[in-house]
Amino acid sequence: MTLTASDLAVGDTKTEVLTEDLTRTQIVQYAGASGDYNPLHTDDLFTREVAGYPGVFAHGMLTMGMTGRILTDWVGDGRLTRYGVRFVSQVWPGDRLTATATVTAIDGDTVEFDVVTVNQHDAPVVTGTAAARLG
Amino acid sequence: MAVDRFPVEASHIMMFARSIGDSNPVYASEPEAAGTELGRMIAPPTFAQASAQFDPDYPLRPKIGRPWFGSGATPTGAVSGSAGSGSSDDTRAEAGGNKGVLHAEQHFEYHRHIGPGDVLTATTRPGDSWEKQSKRAGTLKFTESITEYRDQHGELVITARGIGVQTERPVEN
Repeated sequence: MTLTASDLAVGDTKTEVLTEDLTRTQIVQYAGASGDYNPLHTDDLFTREVAGYPGVFAHGMLTMGMTGRILTDWVGDGRLTRYGVRFVSQVWPGDRLTATATVTAIDGDTVEFDVVTVNQHDAPVVTGTAAARLG
Repeated sequence: MAVDRFPVEASHIMMFARSIGDSNPVYASEPEAAGTELGRMIAPPTFAQASAQFDPDYPLRPKIGRPWFGSGATPTGAVSGSAGSGSSDDTRAEAGGNKGVLHAEQHFEYHRHIGPGDVLTATTRPGDSWEKQSKRAGTLKFTESITEYRDQHGELVITARGIGVQTERPVEN
């Protein structure tokens, strides 16, 4: 059934677990599909010994991509008019990620959302906003 | 970034959707998408970023026959072997890489959702730049860029705004 703006109220919220255990292989998959082969995401030796991080970490865009699902699963396909995020904290292999979207405004058939993805420590890793045209 | 030709293809969308863990049938294949309410395949909201595949100068993809700054026989292919954040930018630039720049923000505006058959161009212009002090990573240099994606008819389909941050030292966690 098609979601319309009248089905929603400010404050409505949805939560979805995006991954229980983010794998290095998924990060490699994202590197291959997106074309971003930065060794910081796939090359542990480089990341530890040259870049000075404890190990590889996920592309911010992987977390943004995964987080987008909570919006598109809710509003329907091809209806987003805007989606933007800040990368607040790094995402590491083994992280459990949970996304929450909240309706912040409704104006006619345009609905605005806040979105946040947190890790297993409840620390935000991505925060953002989106808008969709419904109906 | 300048991309002269970014052909949006069904199998690329399928692989991209797999990589972000999204099993939505509108991203899976033309036949599967035909059975959805939308009735056709489209790309996930962040797919435009994969235009990097079609940017001949993209610094974060190994180029055939050229040195690469990731590990091989040694931890880095950069000649000096000391490419800590900001310490040997010139060497790293030769071997690819983006000088320790991390992604700080990304925003997309969708004028139309793209799908297989679209052939896009992308042009990027610089936006603002500014500095900030941070306890976790020293001086942060932010740089904004705006990318316009146009379709085969010259129509603007996606406007993207990215913000990169170059950190003085690796981010403490």
